[in-house]
Amino acid sequence: MVTLRVNGEDRQADVPPDMPLLWVLRDVIGLTGTKFGCGIAQCGACTVHIDGQPIRSCQMPVSAVGNRAVTTIEAIGLTPEGAKVQQAWLAVDVVQCGYCQSGQIMSAAALLARTPNPTDRDIDTAMAGNICRCGTYVRIREAIKQAATGQPQGLQVVVDGSAA
Amino acid sequence: MKRFLVVVVLLLVIGTVAYFVLNRKDPAAGTSPLIVGAPTNADPVARGEYLARAADCIACHTVPETGKPFAGGLPFKLPFGTIYSSNITADVETGIGAWSDDDFVRAVREGVRKDGKHLYPAFPYTAYTQLSRADVLAIKAYLFTLPKVRQPERPNDLGFPFNQRWAMGFWNAAFFRSQRFENDPSRTPQWNAGAYLAGPLGHCAECHTPRNLGFGLKHSQALAGAELQGWRAWNITSNETHGIGKWSDEALTQYLRTGHADGHASAMGPMGEAVAHSLQFLKPEDTAALVTWLRTVPAREGTDPVVVDPAPKAVVASNAAAPGGDVDGENADGKRLFEGACASCHQWNGVGQQTPYAGLAGTRGVNDPKGANVTQAILHGVTMRIGDTDVYMPAFGHGYSDPEVAALANFVIGHFGGKQGEVTAADVAKRRDL
Amino acid sequence: MKTRTPPGAEVDSGRRAAMKLAGGGLAVAFLWTAGLGPAVAQMNPRRQPTDEAAAAADGNPPFAPNAFIRIDADGSVRLVMPSAEMGQAIYTGISMMLAEELGVGLDQIKVEHSIPSDALYGIALLGGGQITGGSTSTRGQWQSLREAGAVAREMLIAAAAAQWHVDPASCSVSRATITHVPSGRTLGFGAVAEAAGKLPQPAKVTLKDPKDFTVIGKPLRRVDSPDKVNGGTQFGIDVKVPGMKYAAVRTSPELAGTLGSVDDTKARAMAGVVDVIKLDNAVAVVGEHYWAAYRGLEALDIEWRHGVNEHLDTATLIAALQESSRNGPALIGRKPKGEAAAGGKAVEMTFVTPMLAHAPMEPLNATVHVTPGKCEIWTGTQVPTRAQKEAARICGIPLEAVTVNNQYLGGGFGRRLETDQVEQAVAFAKQVSYPLKVIWSREEDIRHDRVRPLYFDRISATLGDDGKPTSWKHRITSGTVLGRWLPAAMGKDGMDSDAIESAADLPYDMDNVLVEWVRHEMPPGLVVGWWRGVGPTHNLFIVESFIDHLAQTAGKDPLAYRRSLMKAGSRPLGVLNLAAEKIGWGSQPLPARVGRGIAVASPFGSHVCAIVEVEVTAQGEVRLRRAVVAVDVGIAINPSSVQAQVQGGLLFGLSAALFNGITLKDGMIEQSNFHNYRSLRINETPAIEVFTVNSSESPGGLGEVGTAIAAPALANAIFAATSVRLTELPVTRTSLAASAEALKHVADNGTGKGDVA
Ligand code: FES
Ligand code: FES
Repeated sequence: MVTLRVNGEDRQADVPPDMPLLWVLRDVIGLTGTKFGCGIAQCGACTVHIDGQPIRSCQMPVSAVGNRAVTTIEAIGLTPEGAKVQQAWLAVDVVQCGYCQSGQIMSAAALLARTPNPTDRDIDTAMAGNICRCGTYVRIREAIKQAATGQPQGLQVVVDGSAA
Repeated sequence: MKRFLVVVVLLLVIGTVAYFVLNRKDPAAGTSPLIVGAPTNADPVARGEYLARAADCIACHTVPETGKPFAGGLPFKLPFGTIYSSNITADVETGIGAWSDDDFVRAVREGVRKDGKHLYPAFPYTAYTQLSRADVLAIKAYLFTLPKVRQPERPNDLGFPFNQRWAMGFWNAAFFRSQRFENDPSRTPQWNAGAYLAGPLGHCAECHTPRNLGFGLKHSQALAGAELQGWRAWNITSNETHGIGKWSDEALTQYLRTGHADGHASAMGPMGEAVAHSLQFLKPEDTAALVTWLRTVPAREGTDPVVVDPAPKAVVASNAAAPGGDVDGENADGKRLFEGACASCHQWNGVGQQTPYAGLAGTRGVNDPKGANVTQAILHGVTMRIGDTDVYMPAFGHGYSDPEVAALANFVIGHFGGKQGEVTAADVAKRRDL
Repeated sequence: MKTRTPPGAEVDSGRRAAMKLAGGGLAVAFLWTAGLGPAVAQMNPRRQPTDEAAAAADGNPPFAPNAFIRIDADGSVRLVMPSAEMGQAIYTGISMMLAEELGVGLDQIKVEHSIPSDALYGIALLGGGQITGGSTSTRGQWQSLREAGAVAREMLIAAAAAQWHVDPASCSVSRATITHVPSGRTLGFGAVAEAAGKLPQPAKVTLKDPKDFTVIGKPLRRVDSPDKVNGGTQFGIDVKVPGMKYAAVRTSPELAGTLGSVDDTKARAMAGVVDVIKLDNAVAVVGEHYWAAYRGLEALDIEWRHGVNEHLDTATLIAALQESSRNGPALIGRKPKGEAAAGGKAVEMTFVTPMLAHAPMEPLNATVHVTPGKCEIWTGTQVPTRAQKEAARICGIPLEAVTVNNQYLGGGFGRRLETDQVEQAVAFAKQVSYPLKVIWSREEDIRHDRVRPLYFDRISATLGDDGKPTSWKHRITSGTVLGRWLPAAMGKDGMDSDAIESAADLPYDMDNVLVEWVRHEMPPGLVVGWWRGVGPTHNLFIVESFIDHLAQTAGKDPLAYRRSLMKAGSRPLGVLNLAAEKIGWGSQPLPARVGRGIAVASPFGSHVCAIVEVEVTAQGEVRLRRAVVAVDVGIAINPSSVQAQVQGGLLFGLSAALFNGITLKDGMIEQSNFHNYRSLRINETPAIEVFTVNSSESPGGLGEVGTAIAAPALANAIFAATSVRLTELPVTRTSLAASAEALKHVADNGTGKGDVA
């Protein structure tokens, strides 16, 4: 039985110690926002934060988490960076299929937490571990800049869809 | 290669007398020191199993994907051709089922098969010769309890003159001496156990000692590091700069038991196999014996010494998630590749996350400007099972080009070793075939 | 829609009629059958007999005028999506078409997945099936969905007008509210839903004049965005069903190999392992969670049996294709007109284009619960009715006994036009009593992909004195996807029009064009499938590389040469000029080993030109520097989606061209995961600018346009940078090294020139 601190709550799970955090989150705790893409730390779809650091939960044995705080996409909006990132993601409408986006947002939020004003190069470096098969990279760059600066970047989508 | 031929020819000239003198067998049965995991009073099959593990028979006698343990067929690519390991299951036709005790003992200790033909010293009879008869037969007893696998021997792929097995007699005359292990009464029993585990059983020297022109071990450089099958086996003498003299006992123990020592090394390639198949199964007392013995290996510098930079500029300037300290624009391609495919496990400060095995800082691999093991790891990846855990790194060779692998290796050397990497695309191309 | 078949091109009349209607693309083939064959099902804006079941499944809302619109008593507007959402923003596009005519804001609606039904949601362009593919969704529904919105609007107005006793013509609708203009009285949709539901359906409705559009044409936020940024969207892999167990599966790694014996002793002893179940060619371990199942699978001792492909490898396949190309019977896709002029300079090239995996970000999966006489499925699929049909077949139950709950797709790219993962999951689930979620590992997903076909092309031309081609011959040799997937859509002569798409219909004005296709059967088990961009992705690489080569042979600038072959005022010329202007073609000299490549075409009823700029290092590494794409998609329903689809599509194509090829050894696919089947990353992605031609033409296809145009633009850019003409993909990068010597040096591959240190 392991005890995990996930999104501010203590969760118990009766699982083998080598079980990756990803599957504990998805199949045992029931938080399916964190995604499985490759299982070998190559795609970043499974990114969560442990004590604020982005990690690949598909490769992280649950026993190695200890009492550190796990934050997933479901709760990242409660952090200031997470909220800014999500808003910017909507403002430039980054998502396509959306499957990689939990991981993208987790990586982006971690980037802004440590580098509030990232350069283009910082963005590429921090986000290079997250694959998007739909190819949303151009807008990811725009959204991170918008989240950092608060200034509109790229094509701003109309939010409410109302008629003029 | 030519020089090796010269050696062969020279040996011919020295003549048959010398041949027979030098090829004589040590008739002694021999004794072994106390190995905690295999006490002499234990059931021979159980002992044999432990000894077979300690001698790492399975690594060479099994093709991993086939799920046929000890059935042989694993290729060994040597500079002069490819040879394949033999089937050592008890199958009568294709294995060693029809071998008598004497046949088996002769093969293991003298390198001569049941049919009288010589084995190639890729099979380390040069080390096993020191085993006691009782230990060899315990191994046989164990092997004979395993499922018999019918798998015919794969013919070796060797050109003349290397395909002439009889010629190995000359090689033996020059480089091999049949002899048994002798207890050193001036040392503790623990040290002697370590010596037996490292020598006759574990045959560390086969990889860690450089070889001379005739492919015999260069005893003057014993355990000072060598390269084989593209991988560097590091200096494991007590030299403080180039060897393991500065490692703590705990670090050595951790490494031998798990294949990883924080801040020093993670096993991969052939050493990874040694840990996965053999060393992790030793009883803690036996690991301790190995450590005791290793501590007494005389310090040697070795031929291609590597100096670990304990605090390279870039590692110091980086944190886990963000790089620092790299010269802007230098090897931008290597850095780009690292940030995409590597950083999420290895991290920019080289500590490694998700698994400690991903720690790069402080390892000799990243401090080797030629990047042998770094390049090997990138190309071929790492797969080993330690305890319940799979230690895994993907093999990037297939998806990445030679210049990319070279750029990446040089970046890793520069960033984590603080050295100018020297890996070229042409080197990488060669390594793909190793 | 306009045809882009050059005047006078000899395409058989059925096919040509189809092109006129569909504007080309994958749809050509299907429409051709649809036009000539028996009537096919297709979406109807008015209520159908079968609607009853669909509405019932939606909780019998008071107003359900057709298969797409549900209005509840509380006024909520629910829109039912006939297509599958896999990232292409079709839920948004459909919602916009419906909302425009219905008179609601996009923020006022909720979208719902539809039940499987060809009768209600069939696409005529695709033979009447409920299929999302071939960039047909917008093209195929543009008319009927707006009409569906208008039908609902008129009925709601009629109900309100009746309540007020006023002339319906004096009422207007906006933001889900009906206003009686003269009096200013208003009623919400909810207030009249019940009454509207009882009214007869209007026989005729009037669609809005495009100049009055208030929704269409605006860059609106996707309807599925909010949940996709907080982890709330449920994909197939996220489905939770009470009592569900998880299965990890392994299918014979050798294509068409079978399962021999399995020793499951170790697996069954493992904690969390529930069961081990088998099929002819696969084995699955069932666990309390996926990890238990996965570890159990690893612990199995499996013996596979060889099948026919034991010795199959890629080189053998290519050789076989070449042989068929030489000797196989060729079908004619386009006949030359008249006699070619004698003499001229002959130019010939051959090309090999590799097999490709889709690798959608969400690995394949399906959750299935089989109970006596029933089967319920949860999965993300582009073909819900096909999934239903296959499940019914496997379970031996009637179609109606199979429920398919479609989900959001974590990427499709054509992979989810297949039902193999659903079929396998049903076959496994049949053996157990509980709901079973079968997840393919990434390795299974790639090793058992239904790959894009391998192609061998021979193309030649004769150049006249002016450097322009006086004749053009193109012979394509490949397996056929269409022939398996929708055999009825094959031409009378056996022609696969997907195989020649964008090869027979060129944007260039040439008379003497011969395009042929040789059908080459792939070995059993090597199943070829649709891959984003389908036929055009392959053909455009050949055609646009060859045109570039002809320009070079003729000593002409690639832009000028293309212009000289295009009709003045044509739409493809429009996008060519726009892209060239935006990138500043020829305006300043480029640094050494930097080059720009053009590709232009008219796939999927749209028109596109991409110009890619690359730098190739001395050691042959390709760095993407910049890309400019101009598109003419007719009316851009959502300019935001147009930009996103073109960017994403282009990157998908560039990624494949740079890195990807599926290869076979011993009958097995060699690639397995993203380390050896690479995907372009953000730090390898150039800036991409997308420009749209303003147009009032009906919308063309969009989802695959960027992908189809990517490879030739890249290859032509590499040629411009290195003078190496690529005739194989993926880019063989060592062949681009400045010299063999360069590879022997440690590269100073820093910022600039990629010089050798
Ligand atoms: S699933 Fe963890 S990195 Fe891909
Ligand atoms: S949005 Fe589909 S994979 Fe990124």
